[in-house]
Amino acid sequence: MNLFNIFDSITQVDPEFNERVSPRRDAIRNMMSFGKKVSLAAMPFVLSDLFKRAYGQTPTDVNGVLNYALTLEYLEAEYYTIGASTSGLVPTGAPAGAIATIRDHEVAHVAFLKQVLGSNAVDKPTFDFTAGGAFANVFSNYDTFLALAQAFEDTGVRAYKGQAGILKGNQVVLTAALQIHSVEARHASHIRQMRRARGGAAANMKPWITGANDSGIGAAVDPIYAGEDEKVQAGVDITTLNGVSGKISTAAATQSFDEPLAATAVLNIAGLFIK
Amino acid sequence: MKETTSTKESLTAAEQQLSSKQLQRRNFLKLAGAGAAGVAFLGMVGCSKDDDNGPDQGGDGLYFGSGDIAILNYAYALEQLEAAFYIELANKPYSGISDWERTLFTDIRDHEIAHREFFKAALGTNAITNLEFNFSAVNFSSRDSVLATAKTFEDLGVSAYNGAGWLIKNEAYLGLAGKIVSVEARHAALVRDLISNGSFANSEVVDSNGLDVSKSPTMVLQAAAPFIKSKVDVRDLPTY
Repeated sequence: MNLFNIFDSITQVDPEFNERVSPRRDAIRNMMSFGKKVSLAAMPFVLSDLFKRAYGQTPTDVNGVLNYALTLEYLEAEYYTIGASTSGLVPTGAPAGAIATIRDHEVAHVAFLKQVLGSNAVDKPTFDFTAGGAFANVFSNYDTFLALAQAFEDTGVRAYKGQAGILKGNQVVLTAALQIHSVEARHASHIRQMRRARGGAAANMKPWITGANDSGIGAAVDPIYAGEDEKVQAGVDITTLNGVSGKISTAAATQSFDEPLAATAVLNIAGLFIK
Repeated sequence: MKETTSTKESLTAAEQQLSSKQLQRRNFLKLAGAGAAGVAFLGMVGCSKDDDNGPDQGGDGLYFGSGDIAILNYAYALEQLEAAFYIELANKPYSGISDWERTLFTDIRDHEIAHREFFKAALGTNAITNLEFNFSAVNFSSRDSVLATAKTFEDLGVSAYNGAGWLIKNEAYLGLAGKIVSVEARHAALVRDLISNGSFANSEVVDSNGLDVSKSPTMVLQAAAPFIKSKVDVRDLPTY
């Protein structure tokens, strides 16, 4: 399921794909008009066409960041709303309680961002959480559901982090973005614990991210974790610093700093789930 | 790599700016009451040698500096506190600690040490010295006592970074704070779940808008004060 490798092909076909930044107010609307179902085989071409419109969303100002955030929150809110209301998917008791808690937060984030943006808020896109069939059992298989939840949460944490610079010095908006950002990190931590409790490929899952892809899902989600293996911060190689016995390990160095993800990369990932 | 190089340059640039900021400190002093009024534990009145370069060695507390340097020292102080706590925890694990808990707390200890040592390296000569702590209120043999303290520190750390973000002038520093705060939030959620599964983001810390806690530096230092033995001088630390 090397779905994300598709992006490599896209960048080869369209070399300017990653460089081009052309903010377009109506990009979301354009994406929404892209409504027809696509087969996985056709995706490289179709996605290329989609992203020529979608990547215009790269935010350049405060409202851009807020709408970018709102789009991601729409995605998460709808995902957990469907998951929580699908009978037989999430086991009752602690798992159902946790998913309901997370759903409530994502729904609250949507409402909060819409309120802040007022008439500038983008509309909710139409989502396809199977990503064109790649995750066909997302709402019938609990492990797939949790795996994608982890992917969304870890992506969300990286996405907010990547936009902090645009909001620098803004007491109200930056603080609110940081307050949402840390809630997403709390969610990621808990979802990772839920996956560990399921065993299997996630049996060794930790609440924090180790290296470039510790998801247990495989190379399909490499783009979500690309760069998380960074061990140099502000010119300081963390593995040269003193730990308790010897230097800080490479694992601890990568775990102790979460890395940002650029908007184009985030939109590429989110775009898979937008019809 | 290009990115980290430019970050390093920013650090140096900010350090160079520091001396001019220090020249302004005499003016700050006249207003000192404003920033630090709420911090009860600071024995800072009458502090001398304010116009020397570098941290105040001879006054009544460890001088944090001003502007972004002060905020980095503030973060450095909090990371020192957390690291000291988890080192103690790892050295004297509570009775009945499971192998998995031991693994997790060893990881967390190493994360906090990495944060602490990073700030120390990044601040260079502007770094405050090592703080002394007082953990007498913690019963390290009791799981309940240790987890409750860990929860306090992690939630406080999250609220501190969330609340200080907008005060940071340098984009690279802001980015670094962002990289650290989500790791603290991952810790906080885990510790909360160890205390009571499902409490990772309950209404104690997340409000009806789905927003986490945010606290001003003054509020955070007041909360941390019972654990900090050393006197600190935060008169020029930006706060609100």
